[in-house]
Amino acid sequence: MKITLHVWRQKGPSDAGRMATYHHEAHADMSFLEMLDTLNEGLTLKGEEPVAFDSDCREGICGMCGIVINGIPHGPRKSTTTCQLHMREFKDGDHITLEPFRAAAFPIVRDLAVDRAAFDRVIQDGGFVSVNTGSCQDANCIPVPKKASDLAMDAAQCIGCGACVASCPNASAMLFVSAKVSHLGLLPQGQPERGDRALRMVHRMDAEGFGNCTNTRECEASCPKDIGVEFIARMNRDFTLSSALERQEKAGGGGG
Amino acid sequence: MELKSNIPSGPMDQKWEKHRFDLKLVNPANKRKYTVLVVGTGLAGASAAASLAELGYNVKVFCFQDSPRRAHSIAAQGGINAAKNYCNDGDSVHRLFYDTVKGGDYRAREANVHRLAEISVSIIDQCVAQGVPFAREYGGLLANRSFGGTQVSRTFYARGQTGQQLLLGAYQAMMRQVGLGKVQLLPRTEMLDLVLVNGAARGVVTRHLVTGKLEVHTGDAVCLATGGYGNVFFLSTNAKGSNVTAAWRAARRGALFANPCFTQIHPTCIPVSGDHQSKLTLMSESLRNDGRIWVPTKNGDTRSPSSIPEAERDYYLERRYPSFGNLVPRDVASRAAKSACDEGRGVGPGGKGVYLDFGDAVQRLGQKAIAEKYGNLFDMYQRITDENPYKVPMRIYPAIHYTMGGLWVDYNLMSNIPGLYVLGEANFSDHGANRLGASALMQGLADGYFIIPYTIGDYLAKTKLDKVAPDHAECNRVKQDVSERLQKLMAGKGKRTVDSIHRELGKLLWDKCGMARNAAGLKEALGKLPDLREEFWKNVTIPGSGESFNQSLERAGRVADFLEFAEVLLTDAHDRNESCGGHFREEYQSPEGEAQRDDVNFAHVAAWEYRGPGEKPVLHKEPLTFEIVHPTQRSYK
Amino acid sequence: MASSCGCWVRDFLCSSIGRKTVMAATGLALFGFIVGHLAGNLQAFIPDHGATMKQYADMLHSKPALLWGARIGLLVLLLVHVVTAVSLAIANRAARPVPYQAKAWREASYASRTMMVSGPLILFYVVYHLLHFTTGHAHPDFQAGDPYRNLVIGFSNPLVAIVYIAAMAMLTAHLAHGLWSVAQTLGINHPKYTATLRRLSVLIALLIGAGYISVPVAVLARILK
Repeated sequence: MKITLHVWRQKGPSDAGRMATYHHEAHADMSFLEMLDTLNEGLTLKGEEPVAFDSDCREGICGMCGIVINGIPHGPRKSTTTCQLHMREFKDGDHITLEPFRAAAFPIVRDLAVDRAAFDRVIQDGGFVSVNTGSCQDANCIPVPKKASDLAMDAAQCIGCGACVASCPNASAMLFVSAKVSHLGLLPQGQPERGDRALRMVHRMDAEGFGNCTNTRECEASCPKDIGVEFIARMNRDFTLSSALERQEKAGGGGG
Repeated sequence: MELKSNIPSGPMDQKWEKHRFDLKLVNPANKRKYTVLVVGTGLAGASAAASLAELGYNVKVFCFQDSPRRAHSIAAQGGINAAKNYCNDGDSVHRLFYDTVKGGDYRAREANVHRLAEISVSIIDQCVAQGVPFAREYGGLLANRSFGGTQVSRTFYARGQTGQQLLLGAYQAMMRQVGLGKVQLLPRTEMLDLVLVNGAARGVVTRHLVTGKLEVHTGDAVCLATGGYGNVFFLSTNAKGSNVTAAWRAARRGALFANPCFTQIHPTCIPVSGDHQSKLTLMSESLRNDGRIWVPTKNGDTRSPSSIPEAERDYYLERRYPSFGNLVPRDVASRAAKSACDEGRGVGPGGKGVYLDFGDAVQRLGQKAIAEKYGNLFDMYQRITDENPYKVPMRIYPAIHYTMGGLWVDYNLMSNIPGLYVLGEANFSDHGANRLGASALMQGLADGYFIIPYTIGDYLAKTKLDKVAPDHAECNRVKQDVSERLQKLMAGKGKRTVDSIHRELGKLLWDKCGMARNAAGLKEALGKLPDLREEFWKNVTIPGSGESFNQSLERAGRVADFLEFAEVLLTDAHDRNESCGGHFREEYQSPEGEAQRDDVNFAHVAAWEYRGPGEKPVLHKEPLTFEIVHPTQRSYK
Repeated sequence: MASSCGCWVRDFLCSSIGRKTVMAATGLALFGFIVGHLAGNLQAFIPDHGATMKQYADMLHSKPALLWGARIGLLVLLLVHVVTAVSLAIANRAARPVPYQAKAWREASYASRTMMVSGPLILFYVVYHLLHFTTGHAHPDFQAGDPYRNLVIGFSNPLVAIVYIAAMAMLTAHLAHGLWSVAQTLGINHPKYTATLRRLSVLIALLIGAGYISVPVAVLARILK
């Protein structure tokens, strides 16, 4: 199949960037990224610089890939990462537009590759249970209702790809942050820090320059792991309640 | 060179406890004076970084991905073993130990494996406390399943994403330490060489992948947790970025590479669909619990599977191994698939596939029950192949999946280079010649959470380490080496892309050193390797510059290392004149086609010392002794 | 830890979720007013030539403290709603400085994406509306104390009626997304009732819109005269 690609090319964060057009021959059984691999092989042999894009596991779990394809992060197939998208979703003669995930909090590294370290910094500020290695009781001493565990798993499935941010009209990271707040907030292990966690992670999310949620649910529709905005509501609750109720920590100091 | 395994004395089940007491401790106030460099952020790297930082060490951690959460551990699907015996089905530390030594075809150290089985229990406790959402029973307690050919249910899992959840647990623990200032995180930073000062590992040279800047990071010890080398075959189930570079750079600086020929083939992968294929996708082994594997009895039978009557189907695993059936270990299942295809009975394009049929299971349990168990895997299969596995049997074929070989380490996980520790898949230690399902996650986390925090302290407490500044003469020398090599790579303006040479290397290895090997083929491959290396350095082309984000250059550096490493891999496969685990030599098989070990001549770890390209690496042997689990012929009949 | 000034109210009001909560709370209160206002409007359909309506107006005007209290309260609610919306919109714009060349939507409704269009348009209309029916400055023949007459004369001009209808269409769109959005922002979302809530939100918005629009339509159709 013959396709025409309109690809965002940008040398680095300070470069203005532009769209470039490539005519390319693809095969229906190829994955989308294999199609780009073959494009890059051709560009390389012509002495041109290949199109930079991130990918690693290519089985939809590492969250490294992510291209906005015809205006939709990860492309036209629902619940699918870019690496799991196949060319059979397109047809001969199609024009395909490829852009990076666009958000102020995700500076462009080059072409279609962006820097999502902001997500790591959000996790760093509370996306964990504070337990040190070795100080744990037997695993079965903490019973967890199956339904709570299943729901926590629904949230924990987040692969941190950033499609929620890319799809949101406001480049908001609420779905990503709420997935982690909910995953830990639903489990007994996460209770001791639940309120503080929501506060800290949301404040960090704001400081990173993500936009605000306007409840358009575009994130939910674009999430390759089908994480729902139900978790955003959950985070809203946790955040608002703990804003009002959480006590200031007293400087204690250890005993003699 | 004498290889000192430093296995503690005493009875097997007391070695680790005794050893922990014998290990020297670093005073809590002194820990902050030490810096440990951790390369790689998978299960082993992230858990080590978190645990060391919790103890008070300063940790610098490196990964080539944009975020440490992307490491390839994340892709592990099936589960993690632990000898909890929650199912009351007769499991114990001793049984897990026994199964692992036997499953590894008696090529692992008993003491290491026993320690792993002991620690397995604490890993689950640790992960649950971190909030890993393992599957639960209705009563709220943990669920277990039997996995990968074990006869007890000792596998803990989180849907089909166990690796992801365990990695996120370790990643979160590490990020907590980043927030506390104990871990410094350096993403998109690739280790390109190791710095030795007075013979000890004291630093690494890295390249920042976005700016191309070379940097030297120094510390008191270096931990490599950089995964396996499966991508030397180009097509594997590994992530595209997985590579041997860090380990190989250490090998070039004198670290020994052990048992590289022990490569694991996973029997249930989606077959290759064309020349454009960039990687292979694994379908969880758990599929074999309900799926039945078969090929047509007739050669070259191209009828659609539904029109092949029951009598003309060969359920070859059930036929050959009546007691284990479709659940035989990975190596056995893989070879059986290969021989069926070699006989011309393979299915699908190119005849490189066998059926994994859920027809009976759907009839017995209903489509809904099957969808509940395997829905996400079936969806993935359909996405890739455009076939509906509820209706048409899946086609599967084995693919390179895991590498048991790796840098040689002693009981303390230290390589033969003082201060250089190797964790997880990157070391050779615990799986022998074949890894059991759900054991990789266990080993990665055991190394990082529960072994390295003790053993590294012993080294730091016992060793006098002067401060090494990043502008130390030795650092500058190594940095210069790296810089020259990069310039040499960038200078190539030939006619071949990096990937085309990588594909060629991969095909050579898969053909001659894949599921079945023989001396002639290995010799032939060893003969071709220098030409391919020359072709690479002469004819490769890398566009762009070295001072920017240049993915072709990243790949070129990795392929250059694969091209050197392949020589050691082939040599090991050639010189190990026996069949064991993932290493199957066609000359050494029983009349029924089963692997034949040679315990008299090959009950040893083969640790190779690299001497430069084209020179035969030098073999150092560490003999293996078996006090408890006495080698027998593995039988799954 | 990220920004924190120690004062929890300020922390909350500076945060994204805090400001969203303010939007939801003020929005909900303004919605209450919209319902009350509609109830007043629908009195026009009582066939007594505006006697009930006049009575209602007189009642309101007879308690100036209450009337002005309500007016000031509404003004403050509106101001907070608008100022917060503007501050959020500015942050949202900054969050994506370079727009997509091609953007497609999978789920986001037109109404949800245009709250920052429907909102300001409603605001502009409210100003005109106050000059038209409350102060009379924009009315051709305003008579204080006789709302029914003012209404019939005002809407007899088709242009005025059409502008009103357009504004109420905006309000409908704003509410269709806004009502559900209030629930979501306040943390009310559960698989058991969210789908119903979303449909209900659209239904209520349509009913309210229809209620408001029925008045000028009735005037134009000479049902009200």
